[in-house]
Amino acid sequence: MAKATFRIWRGNAEGAQFVNYDTEVSEGMVVLDAIHRIQAEQANDMAVRWNCKAGKCGSCSAEINGQPKLMCMTRMNALPLDVPITVEPMRAFPLIKDLVADVSWNFRVKEKMKPFTPRPPDAEDGTWRMEQEDIDHVQEFRKCIECFLCQDVCHVLREHDLHDEFIGPRFFVYAASLEMHPIDTENRLEELKDSDGIGYCNITKCCTKVCPEHITITDNAIIPLKERVVDQFYDPIKKLFRVFSR
Amino acid sequence: MASYETHEYDVLIIGAGGAGLRAAIEAATGDLKVGLVCKSLLGKAHTVMAEGGVAAALANVDERDSWRVHFADTMRGGQYLSNARMAELHAKESPDRVRELEAWGALFDRTQDGGILQRNFGGHQYPRLAHVGDRTGLEMIRALQDHGIHQGIEVHMENTVISLLKTGDRVSGAFGYEREKGRFKIFTAKSIVLATGGIGKAYKITSNSWEYTGDGHSLAYHAGAELIDMEFVQFHPTGMVWPPSVRGILVTEGVRGEGGILTNSEGKRFMFDDIPELYVNQTADNPEEGWLYTQGDRDARRPPELLTRDHVARCIVREVQEGRGSPHGGVFLDIAWIKEKIPNAPEHIRRKLPSMYHQFKELAEIDITAEPMEVGPTTHYIMGGIRVDADSQMTAVPGLFAAGECAAGLHGANRLGGNSLSDLLVFGKRAGEYAAQFAMENASVSLDESEIETIAAHTLKPFENPADDGSGEKMGPYDIQAQLQEKMQDLVGIARSQESLTQALEEIQNLREKAENVHAIGNREYNAGWHTALDLDCLLTVSEAIALAALERRASIGAHSRDDYPEKEESGASKYNTIIKKADDGAMEIRRHPVDELRTDLKEIIDEMG
Repeated sequence: MAKATFRIWRGNAEGAQFVNYDTEVSEGMVVLDAIHRIQAEQANDMAVRWNCKAGKCGSCSAEINGQPKLMCMTRMNALPLDVPITVEPMRAFPLIKDLVADVSWNFRVKEKMKPFTPRPPDAEDGTWRMEQEDIDHVQEFRKCIECFLCQDVCHVLREHDLHDEFIGPRFFVYAASLEMHPIDTENRLEELKDSDGIGYCNITKCCTKVCPEHITITDNAIIPLKERVVDQFYDPIKKLFRVFSR
Repeated sequence: MASYETHEYDVLIIGAGGAGLRAAIEAATGDLKVGLVCKSLLGKAHTVMAEGGVAAALANVDERDSWRVHFADTMRGGQYLSNARMAELHAKESPDRVRELEAWGALFDRTQDGGILQRNFGGHQYPRLAHVGDRTGLEMIRALQDHGIHQGIEVHMENTVISLLKTGDRVSGAFGYEREKGRFKIFTAKSIVLATGGIGKAYKITSNSWEYTGDGHSLAYHAGAELIDMEFVQFHPTGMVWPPSVRGILVTEGVRGEGGILTNSEGKRFMFDDIPELYVNQTADNPEEGWLYTQGDRDARRPPELLTRDHVARCIVREVQEGRGSPHGGVFLDIAWIKEKIPNAPEHIRRKLPSMYHQFKELAEIDITAEPMEVGPTTHYIMGGIRVDADSQMTAVPGLFAAGECAAGLHGANRLGGNSLSDLLVFGKRAGEYAAQFAMENASVSLDESEIETIAAHTLKPFENPADDGSGEKMGPYDIQAQLQEKMQDLVGIARSQESLTQALEEIQNLREKAENVHAIGNREYNAGWHTALDLDCLLTVSEAIALAALERRASIGAHSRDDYPEKEESGASKYNTIIKKADDGAMEIRRHPVDELRTDLKEIIDEMG
């Protein structure tokens, strides 16, 4: 059995630092297993958020050797063991304790967005008819497990701290899933342009790279939304039309 | 009491998986003030893990399906120990509950003509499971969550309820703590819905997360409600077995629904060797017929891999015990073989089972489109639970309701795959509706304050207990939890006996004494060790209930197997449910209750469907 040293962020908003822990590593282990072992054997009171341990719930987001990842899907054999492995909470959000960040901002953002609003049902039994090919993209967006790693890595939130003016990649994906939903009737483009701050995104694709669900966030969600915003608000012919129709 | 943060509600929902969210949405349709308390963040509950689909007789793929067939399938799967009224309501109402999710934004996979697609699953006679690839649970919880957040429900995330509060006979509130700072909170309510899910963490090998510690079962039991059929714990036949760190993680039944086969070390499809009498007429007797069934041939019968979960799990255990297992103590589950049957098989598999492909690739370095998986049974679900009225979901305690996995009655001795997601929608809605009605018809009651101080003191006791009791034995919460899980796995697992169960009850008693003295380090702030210490109470209560009920049922039926009583029924005994209640002296009491006589029209359906 191999040994590994972990440098784990310990503490709360009033003060925190890295603490080193040595632990055994067995075959097939993921980082979350090692964290659990340390918690059970050496640090009972260590705070870590997790649930399914199978990459389906998006609870155990953290920064492992500086990379935003799910702890449950990061295998130990993919990491060099000759140097300490650092594990930190997501840095784009305030710290609660140890590896747990306060992600409540994300829940508040979603609540403010216009909800799904379907057209009247197509059939008498209250159902709709939709072609599979028309929902493929929306289903891609709905794979999102809300781990918020895309929010964590986005420089608009992480470096520029524009949480009040920018909703972040997760919620552009959410907006796209509603805007492209074949039976939704709502229009969210004005909010996307103004309060949601889609213009701040300069398409560096960092979000797409860290998505554990491999959602093509930038290409399939953000860019098409930007195009719709441009079409509605900046298209010169439409603009002219709006001036005259006032 | 002024020192505790207090929240007043008409209806309080405890648990925010599918059942809790559905109950909250329903309760909030009027003008009532609804609170929702959950242990994790919203949208992370175990419903998110459900893969295969939600069972509803929509008849979109096979028009021969109807609520009557679904009802008969559920009763047969449960070995006729289910509450027939619940099975009836469930089969009749699940189609509407599924359609309603589409109105809230859910997007199920589609049929050719644009309707909701349905797939085959174990024990269901026709393709019945509405699904989204193999991430149906995520779709459902997200649809409920995204709709629910606009209904005026107050959500308390990362809060745990420690005890229900009663005033006289009625439930009047709940006492809990918030995780972040460890501060206590009081919730008052005219009615409460328990929707806390399962008990998987009582076992070592489980597909359940840390949350599934039987909280609702335990809260209800201590408040005076009854638990029913607790011996029926579902061991899902296909959990991952290798590598060790992922042991127990679920492999969806959808793999078998799409044509996956089970083989032993000799390459034999052993499921053909043992087909139960109840299912002989419905089961294929050759591989070709089984394959045709999975591809939608309406005249073909289902392959034996799609027999009920209890039976498949037992067959796997038999193969392993008799030396025909896979290298790591399971059997092989092979979907890659379908390349012999269809072109572009790898692409087809990745499209139909994307998260299974991903899970094995990432966690086991196995490409399921090219090689077989190794699988074995894992603790997955409890059919038993809080005894409720079939229509209203109210327990024996006035004002206390339960829905979803923590409630019981629908699944009898064995649950069919897909019936849990429909269960939580149908009965989540009903619980919310009747809890709201109760709240409207009854005035609020004041809390008994003396009780609260006792509970608060008990909750802080782990910090005051000494780290070492002098015996040199470890007393940490994780040590005690691990010991309990080992004992439950070994003594109250798939194969049980008088001897193992008697021993289990003794061990549970010993561990209960240890748990009384469990020590937590650190302070109250987001302290996982302290939380684990507090969860032990619930885990020990449900473990004792499972072992006691398993000892009482001297027979092997459904998910419950006794080595010393291999027959389905005790000689001379008619069908019964086991019922557990807390006696006046605080001891756990068990009795048998005969299964209710079937209503004539329901009996006719069962007779007709064979």
